[in-house]
Amino acid sequence: MSRKENKECIAMLLAGGEGRRLGVLTKDLAKPAVPFGGKYRIIDFTLSNCVNSGVDTVGVLTQYQPLVLNQYLGIGSSWGLDRREGGMHVLPPYVRSKGGTWYKGTANAIYQNLGFIERYDPEYVLIISGDHIYKMDYDLLLETHKRNRADATIAVITVPWAEASRFGILNVDDKARVTEFAEKPKKPSSNLASMGVYMFSWPVLRDRLIRDEADSGSSNDFGKDILPKMLEEGARLFTHRFNGYWKDVGTIESLWQANMDLLGDKPGLDLNDHSWRIYSVCPNQPTQYISPAAKVQSSMINEGCTIEGEVHRSVLSHGVHVGEGSIVEDSVLMPGAVVGRGARVIRAIVGDNAVIEDGMRVGRINSDEIAVVGSGVRVSGQQLKEVETV
Amino acid sequence: MKLPMLGIINLIHETDEMGTLTQGRCLATVPFGGRYRLIDFVLSSMVNSGMQEVAVFAHTKYRSLMEHLGTGTNWDLHRKQNGLFVLPPAIEDQNDFARGDLYHFYRNRDYFARSPHEYVAICRSHMVCNVDFEDVLRHHRDHEADITVVCKANPGSIVGLARKVRVDETGRIKDIQDHYGRLSDDVVSMEMYILRKDLLIDLIETSLAQGRDHFVRHAVFSRLDQLKVSAYMYDGVLGIVNNIASYFRHSMELLQPEIGRELFFRPGPIYSKGHGEPPTRFLTGADVNHSLVANGCEIDGIVENSILFRGVKVKKGAVVRNSIVMQNSVIGEDGSLESCILDKEVEIQPFQQLRGVPDMPFLALKRKVI
Repeated sequence: MSRKENKECIAMLLAGGEGRRLGVLTKDLAKPAVPFGGKYRIIDFTLSNCVNSGVDTVGVLTQYQPLVLNQYLGIGSSWGLDRREGGMHVLPPYVRSKGGTWYKGTANAIYQNLGFIERYDPEYVLIISGDHIYKMDYDLLLETHKRNRADATIAVITVPWAEASRFGILNVDDKARVTEFAEKPKKPSSNLASMGVYMFSWPVLRDRLIRDEADSGSSNDFGKDILPKMLEEGARLFTHRFNGYWKDVGTIESLWQANMDLLGDKPGLDLNDHSWRIYSVCPNQPTQYISPAAKVQSSMINEGCTIEGEVHRSVLSHGVHVGEGSIVEDSVLMPGAVVGRGARVIRAIVGDNAVIEDGMRVGRINSDEIAVVGSGVRVSGQQLKEVETV
Repeated sequence: MKLPMLGIINLIHETDEMGTLTQGRCLATVPFGGRYRLIDFVLSSMVNSGMQEVAVFAHTKYRSLMEHLGTGTNWDLHRKQNGLFVLPPAIEDQNDFARGDLYHFYRNRDYFARSPHEYVAICRSHMVCNVDFEDVLRHHRDHEADITVVCKANPGSIVGLARKVRVDETGRIKDIQDHYGRLSDDVVSMEMYILRKDLLIDLIETSLAQGRDHFVRHAVFSRLDQLKVSAYMYDGVLGIVNNIASYFRHSMELLQPEIGRELFFRPGPIYSKGHGEPPTRFLTGADVNHSLVANGCEIDGIVENSILFRGVKVKKGAVVRNSIVMQNSVIGEDGSLESCILDKEVEIQPFQQLRGVPDMPFLALKRKVI
């Protein structure tokens, strides 16, 4: 019999999301692979959280447009996850002797990889997703889970009431045990939101996934099926309160806002935190060059950039070029984007390797909407006076 | 493309007049260009040229070297076959330290014997350049040379310490002299020697048997009439960096974008060890121009005509002009620097003013609080 590598806790990272609400940015790219914060991709945050929390075995479930994501992940060396036992494993849907299907929902994705989890025979399984920006110690979540002798523990955060209906909303008793769970309720009765971070005791999860799969009426989703069902049947469902920065970057606005949160003299999210590094793949670029004509303020700029114009309140990824006389304001420029001379980019997200030609305008001041330029798109000829997505 | 050549980076008795910059490190690991170490340039050149194996002959103060190179992953030299070898001095007693590089090569003769490569390139670490060794090997074969030396003609006013070379009309080297010699020809040696491995082993054994142990002085100088020693003229960017003046000058040259583009990308990219720093944050008080800035900095003051390494903090009201500030140094509020080189982790207290001149920059020792 082959030896089993027993691990106390392993993580299953859901990275198959299409990210439809990110529009052109996820046309050829899985949402977790969308560039963020000048040097990262969204998935770096959850992977780094795993490593920093001492979770050294991570299954990454991929499905939608995985080419860039797979290439980026490699064997996990950039996060220190190329381990002899455990480490990072990319888990796409696969064919079995009796067919094989795409991942039907978040729970089904885990169900299809029960065999992977069994190889490590863990006591606990952490379910996380690759589309949130936050720094969290999952070890504290595990402690809460153990202390409560819980079947499942849901990480929760207080959100503004106005946004509560966008989340899975929970009510808890004075022992933090869940009394009510509603996925995206129209009239939320609480502002305690699920972060989409779940700690399960493995035997419980295994049992639930098998039963959920057998239920033909289920949509095989953790938030919609597994958790409500567990609550209904009186399972020990607890919450773990998280007080730090957490952002779901599923929409253009939230992606833009999360980037803006990195700016300012006291940023909402501090990436220069040596006790909780966020790791990413090093693009190996020389230092950035700021020319005599340039002016850069309240911004975050990565290696390999050349700045000859003005940059205010913006996040620039590696290899971005801003030409003379151009102004970039309140914007996010992804890797290799080029802004020519005398151009203006305002309240915009510019995709990787996009080109804004000389004198062009993208975005509008005081607009509610964020202009988006897709990956590799060349903006030329026509003046984009209106807020547009190209 | 695989190049049938073993790269050797020879750190034994490297000419070093870098003062306190090499007090705790070898010349090879002097930080340069905001995120590099000197050795990155020749090492990246070797890798980009297709060399599969590089041996670094370490000599003294090589702790920082081991840390920087690691397993060679950052240069793609962490391989099953070949890859990176760091060879520390294999000495019997302290006196052996003083002996020449040929002695140290000889002590590692098993390594040379095992190496499957037809040619070797023996180089130094302090040449800031981007060389295509494939082209050098082509020259070597075309000229049927015994040894090819990479040289630079008309290098401008060289401030680093370099050997001068006299070349005849056929490109053959007739004379080489140490930096203090009187040779007035405007060609300098880049201290890169390409030869067949079996010739190298012959030179090592023969020279040592004659009681001589310096590769260039004894094995090459004295055989200019017996061996065909040819000069390959390199036409890229070159900085010979082994004293403070040359360090400062060649660092500042990188502020000219065309020099930076050429050096860092042509013919191949220069690799270095990656660090996990986030992008640099410019705060509301930032006013930066004509500067190179590495990642992880936080800038709330004025930075002009300067190079900031990773993790440097320039506090509100501070001014940094014509200076080089190495990793994790902090310039306190309203502090000011003019023509300074701060080594790593130097802390400049608030309101403190430091001033040097371009020919003699003020140099602050690692971890100094001023």
